[in-house]
Amino acid sequence: MRRYSVFALAREGLRHHSGWDRAWTSPAPKSRYDVVVVGAGGHGLATAYYLGKNFGIRNVAVIEKGWLGGGNTGRNTTIIRSNYLQDPSAAIYEKSRSLYETLSQELNYNVMFSPRGVMMLAQTQHEVRGYKRTAEANALQGVETEFISPARVKELCPIIHIEGPRYPVLGALWQARGGTARHDAVAWGYARACADMGMDIIEQCEVKGVLTANGKVSGVETSKGAIGCDKLAIVVAGHSSVLAEMGGFRMPIESMPLQALVSEPIKPCMDVVVMANTVHGYMSQSDKGEMVIGGGTDGYNAYTQRGSFHHIEETVRALIETFPIISRLKMLRQWGGIVDMTGDRSPIISRTPLDNCFINCGWGTGGFKAIPGSGWAMAELVAKGEPGPLAASFGLERFREGRFIDESVAAGVAH
Amino acid sequence: MLTLTCPHCGVQADETELLPGGEAHLKRHGPGSSEEEFEGYLFHRQNPKGPHLERWRHAFGCGKWFLAARDTVTMQVFGTYPASLATPTDEIRRRAGVERPGWGFEPGVPGEPEAVE
Repeated sequence: MRRYSVFALAREGLRHHSGWDRAWTSPAPKSRYDVVVVGAGGHGLATAYYLGKNFGIRNVAVIEKGWLGGGNTGRNTTIIRSNYLQDPSAAIYEKSRSLYETLSQELNYNVMFSPRGVMMLAQTQHEVRGYKRTAEANALQGVETEFISPARVKELCPIIHIEGPRYPVLGALWQARGGTARHDAVAWGYARACADMGMDIIEQCEVKGVLTANGKVSGVETSKGAIGCDKLAIVVAGHSSVLAEMGGFRMPIESMPLQALVSEPIKPCMDVVVMANTVHGYMSQSDKGEMVIGGGTDGYNAYTQRGSFHHIEETVRALIETFPIISRLKMLRQWGGIVDMTGDRSPIISRTPLDNCFINCGWGTGGFKAIPGSGWAMAELVAKGEPGPLAASFGLERFREGRFIDESVAAGVAH
Repeated sequence: MLTLTCPHCGVQADETELLPGGEAHLKRHGPGSSEEEFEGYLFHRQNPKGPHLERWRHAFGCGKWFLAARDTVTMQVFGTYPASLATPTDEIRRRAGVERPGWGFEPGVPGEPEAVE
């Protein structure tokens, strides 16, 4: 792989950009790999990347039904934070956030990580107490957050209406090192690095069945033929239940649409990420000037990647209350992704009833921020067959044993 | 916008009038059940990509629970039926089978399906 650098740019600039390599190729599958990763989204590609980088396993294929990064990786609102209440969550999300800090250098691909700060507004007394508690917990976990006053909220983000009629801003949980990144670039950067290690990234290749023998996976049947593997990693987010059914087991997952929308581009007016969880909307401004807006999931199972209109209405209503300045803004586009919700709103990085099959899913509405850490932990699980410290608490057995990592209670909303 | 006809009061209800209640026909497990049974009852879901039997409450209408058969991909509604029925009606099963050949109603676990008041 030719490295991207200012010199490469200058050289190519002088010869009409004719010498760039493809970032990754989409070859025909080989008959057998050491590891097959199903799903070329951020989490799947990161899993493959750290398998190669941390464990030297490079005979890997990442297979993808659609196009690379075309699922939730390309559909989220790109927020990166690690201010979680529970210890296992804080550990893996903080690992992830810290990996994001140097990801562009590591991958030699600009993922545009922008640690602009993430603010979670406290708009009820309950939230004030909750976020103060989270800030104390984060101090013990080594995650840098603080509870800030309404005056400081206004200073950091002048367009917030802090004296709203229903829910005045009473403070906020502030993580200065949180922020955003370019979601597509994260997938592309990992894909390029994986291809550079000799891994095959195979797009337009849908898994039709999981081939098993004696309680072990022997391969997958795909739209491009059967592919054998020693180990199978299922990293397919919203379609986890579909893949699990092919493998003959059932998941504690429900798939629902989550929508996002962006406005027409406007001049820079906010340089932080704001999440208003009581009224339930969150917003940041992209580098192009679009206001990027997200809200809550639909209430019922669906695979439509579309969502119900009244959820957009609720989200926009919430944000207009918080940011009256946007009330005349026109929206450019809206889309939906299928999120995989678990009972405790925490992810699953786990072994499965099949011996050499592993699953990484359940990131629900907040998976983008976790991509590097999730891939790191999943690679360790796949390579060793045993979860490492980051993944140990996220096993499927927690639902049977009642050891939940209850972020749904901690966050009060989808997160 | 999803519209379901409440089988109790007959109103064609918009989804904003309804409260979703998750997968239908779960077998309720109580004291004396094994950990696996509780895990299945509380957490494991079919979550199908296709016809889904699910619970709804006509929350801003007659207030009663009912069940619906809906395709989670096309959002087509095959029909609604009272929560007291242990299986979908023949008409609903026929319609779902026409749209999704090979689909059949399979209760997740043997035993009396849960009847919701």
